[in-house]
Amino acid sequence: MFAYAIRRVVSTIPVMAVVALFVFSLLYIAPGDPAAIIAGDQATPADIERIRESLGLDRPFLVRFGEWVWHVLHGDLGVSIFTNLPVTHMIAQRIEPTVSLMSITLVLSLVVAIPMGVVAAWKNGTWIDRTLMVIAVLLFSVPVFVVGYVLAYAFALQLDWVPVQGYTPIASGLWPWFQNLILPSLALGGVYIALIARITRATMLEVLGQDYVRTAKAKGVDQRAILFVHALKNAAVPIVTIVGIGFASLIGGAVVTESVFAIPGLGRLVVDAILRRDYPVIQGVVLMFSFVYVLVNLLVDLLYTLFDPRIRY
Amino acid sequence: MSATIFAPHDLTKADVAIAPDLPDVLPPRRKRGRIGMFAYRHPTIFAGGVLLALFVAMAIFAPWLFTRDPTAIAPARRTRAPNAEFWFGSDMLGRDIYSRVIYGSRVSLIVGFSVAIAASAVGMAIGLLSGFIRVLDSVVMRVMDGLMSIPPILLAIALMALTRASVSNVVVAISIAEVPRVSRLVRGVVLSLREQPYVEAAVASGTPMLKIIWKHILPNTLAPIIVQATFILASAMLTEAILSFIGAGTPPTIPSWGNIMAEGRALWQVKPYIVFFPAAFLSLSVLAVNLLGDGLRDALDPRLAKRI
Repeated sequence: MFAYAIRRVVSTIPVMAVVALFVFSLLYIAPGDPAAIIAGDQATPADIERIRESLGLDRPFLVRFGEWVWHVLHGDLGVSIFTNLPVTHMIAQRIEPTVSLMSITLVLSLVVAIPMGVVAAWKNGTWIDRTLMVIAVLLFSVPVFVVGYVLAYAFALQLDWVPVQGYTPIASGLWPWFQNLILPSLALGGVYIALIARITRATMLEVLGQDYVRTAKAKGVDQRAILFVHALKNAAVPIVTIVGIGFASLIGGAVVTESVFAIPGLGRLVVDAILRRDYPVIQGVVLMFSFVYVLVNLLVDLLYTLFDPRIRY
Repeated sequence: MSATIFAPHDLTKADVAIAPDLPDVLPPRRKRGRIGMFAYRHPTIFAGGVLLALFVAMAIFAPWLFTRDPTAIAPARRTRAPNAEFWFGSDMLGRDIYSRVIYGSRVSLIVGFSVAIAASAVGMAIGLLSGFIRVLDSVVMRVMDGLMSIPPILLAIALMALTRASVSNVVVAISIAEVPRVSRLVRGVVLSLREQPYVEAAVASGTPMLKIIWKHILPNTLAPIIVQATFILASAMLTEAILSFIGAGTPPTIPSWGNIMAEGRALWQVKPYIVFFPAAFLSLSVLAVNLLGDGLRDALDPRLAKRI
């Protein structure tokens, strides 16, 4: 197990290397002159030259890449073209709202989606199953910002239960913090819930057909115990896998959700950076999120043994 | 006639007649036409397909659907609520939201279909080659793993930040984000197919590799690819709207659902209808494609249906 963990951790290195190489070389493979595009239409040739220099586009690719990787490994993601602040500094300022939003969404999605999938599998073929799966398809299809606007309109503007927009740091109290994040989390969780609920249902259907489930039923084990103890535990591996893979949709959705609810997080940072064509910031945030995504899936892989002791590495 | 051997042709009409006629307990089968039969057997394919066809027709016939110039401004009549003149209201420049939403379907569908075709074609080529050529496989799949580790929307955002806003750049940006998933899928199918005896036989009898790929492998990858392409269509339409919404997509001069929503964003608390109509059309069209995809998956690829 320990040897496997080490091997698995080491195997993320080439993946991260490819991510870094790709994110870096975008500057070079993009059509046209990125310095001119970043500088905008009103830029003077001197501006363009300044940006070209600050991006290092005037020097050879490999030299620049080596330098950049060296800096990234030392926790330096470069300097923003617009604010001249270090990108790591800007990320650190914005990280709390995004981590809060994602954690609440993750917990909320698991709490909603897993029972949803289990019940749908248990009531397989009935109207309950069909209703739940129709809800799942709907959640898949309605874009995250549409859900956001509908929720904000209904629960904040009309019913006035929670604030419409904005963010309160966790330091100013748990309840105000949570109040501000409940609607964004619901909006962001939609796709994730649909994804997890469908996998849970499919895996549970398979598991519920196994002999040991029949045996448990025959010896009179409580229905809920069969579903949530015997079956769910054996359905855990695919569910945990999709939780890891679906994390990408959380990251992408956070960018949009933060715009809708005016949450000053990393997503907002990216959107502002797009409007200012502040490429070093975009590069830094993309790299960081990709790293988080790889780590989440590494964690998922390591969790397998916990859920299914039969898996031995 | 031997007593022990039963020979049906020895039965006389009288013997058969002993069995009484079956009573008419079964109701007469309802007669369905060919279309009716299809709708009955594949309700989701039918519903999704019809809805999607309606959207395609709407995009093609946009000028004849009682629309006016979607970019014509009328500052005196801006932000009107839906009424007889502006069916879906007018935006802050006095443009007709109904016309903009109808024309907006063009961008959504063009981007969606282009990405679905481009990503499937490129992904299929990469998947076929890396599934068949061992040397390529490890390198290509490491690259794909890396690409898949970048959340698709962020990848598209990064690409769009470096290029000028245009519909074709949006297509390229979203396609690049979708290719790895298709190539992984195709590679998986190829790897399992090449163990099949008929492929081994073809290899053993010296069939050229390209012919094996073309004749024996390719046809078997089509079903999962069609299913995958449908889901890519849905996700590309969503991604285009998201990119336009955050200002990294289709240029603001072209009416697209994402752009209309981006423009209505500042006013959504007081004029919610500006955001509502494009949002409803987008959701409905993506729902149509997802239904179609779910149906096709169940019909074409029962193995996949079990997994998801």
